[in-house]
Amino acid sequence: MNNFEQSVIERDDSAPGLMTAWGAERLVSLSGKHVAIDADAEQVAERAARASLRTQIARLEQQRSAIVGDHFPHICAPVVIPAGAGYGPALLDLGELERSRDRLAAAVQELRARVVERVEHERQAHEQLQRMRLEPGRYKFARLPVRDLGQGVCGVWEVRPRLGLIGMLAGWWELKLSSGCPLPRGSRSTRGPGSRR
Amino acid sequence: MSGARESHLGWRTPEVEQELPELQLLVGEAEHTREQPLTGASPADVRERLGQLSNRFRGARAVSIRREPVPAAYRVFFRHIGLEPDIVRTPIETAIMERMVQGGFPSGSLLEDVLLIALVDTSVPVWALDAESVDGQLGIRTSREGERLGRAADAPTLPVGRLVVADASSALAILFGELAPGHEPHSLTRRLKLFSVQVAGVPRVCAEEALWASQAALQQ
Repeated sequence: MNNFEQSVIERDDSAPGLMTAWGAERLVSLSGKHVAIDADAEQVAERAARASLRTQIARLEQQRSAIVGDHFPHICAPVVIPAGAGYGPALLDLGELERSRDRLAAAVQELRARVVERVEHERQAHEQLQRMRLEPGRYKFARLPVRDLGQGVCGVWEVRPRLGLIGMLAGWWELKLSSGCPLPRGSRSTRGPGSRR
Repeated sequence: MSGARESHLGWRTPEVEQELPELQLLVGEAEHTREQPLTGASPADVRERLGQLSNRFRGARAVSIRREPVPAAYRVFFRHIGLEPDIVRTPIETAIMERMVQGGFPSGSLLEDVLLIALVDTSVPVWALDAESVDGQLGIRTSREGERLGRAADAPTLPVGRLVVADASSALAILFGELAPGHEPHSLTRRLKLFSVQVAGVPRVCAEEALWASQAALQQ
């Protein structure tokens, strides 16, 4: 986006004495002097500004989709609810595009903050897992879901006594990973073929 | 078999062309030559194709589809025209969501299934109108003051400035939205007007393929 497009986007209509005229190829800024602006030139400039905002929206949407895709299911996208009751496909004006861009930018910012939090959460979980692996006796019955490690949604790391009660009494502790997600058809039958009727 | 070679670009009003220069309406005609009515149940080959597509789309694809070029282009375009794609989902995301919820692409009527197959194959949505109810060429424009969606007596009134697909007389569909009542294909329809919407980032060949796939499936 060039300076003029940005100035059109950010222009304060009430600002006195500052008007901008734009030729076909060049930008001329004049202050303190009233200049009659060619209406066509202004339309072209606003159109260019809208096109620039659309480019920004496209870039933000790509960033948002990338974050959601990379961190699913741990981070979900906040829904950006558009303002206004008349909701439907339309040619947006400069203000609407600008508001849309701002809402999307805020949503991307929020997602990035969540990513930072999530990365920190996973880092702490990995450190915890490492400690549980090195000194299981210090973390008796501690549980750490693999979801916290960013390694899927099912399964839990747990410090358990080896050989049950004997391990508890003898101080034999080990870190074990549960068997993961349930099967789509339920657990496998324990009956042998002979018991089938 | 008439195919994408016979598809053509619809008209656009200057304001639409200036604001959204890469928005195009691709229009084609199709003859429905199958025995089954368009609104009736699909034949076995169509249902089988839906089943194959159901197996091709799994959860991981549902998550990543918004990053694929064509679906991503529609998401961006939705934002450009004031639609929030997480509220009003793009057609391909609607289909994939349905696939995830239902456990497969559910078979509806023959026409619904044919259009769904084209959508899932190409990520480009296709809509169909009864060709007999269309007056002249189709194109894209904004709705006018007090305009109705279609020519039926009970046609709903459109808000001013909606992007619509229209023929020479009236608006026949809201862009990416509902079709005008009375203009949808019915059980006796033999000739259809198909249209797809191409946006920035969607190759022309994808939009043509979507039309071609729909035409071919109806003419078997």
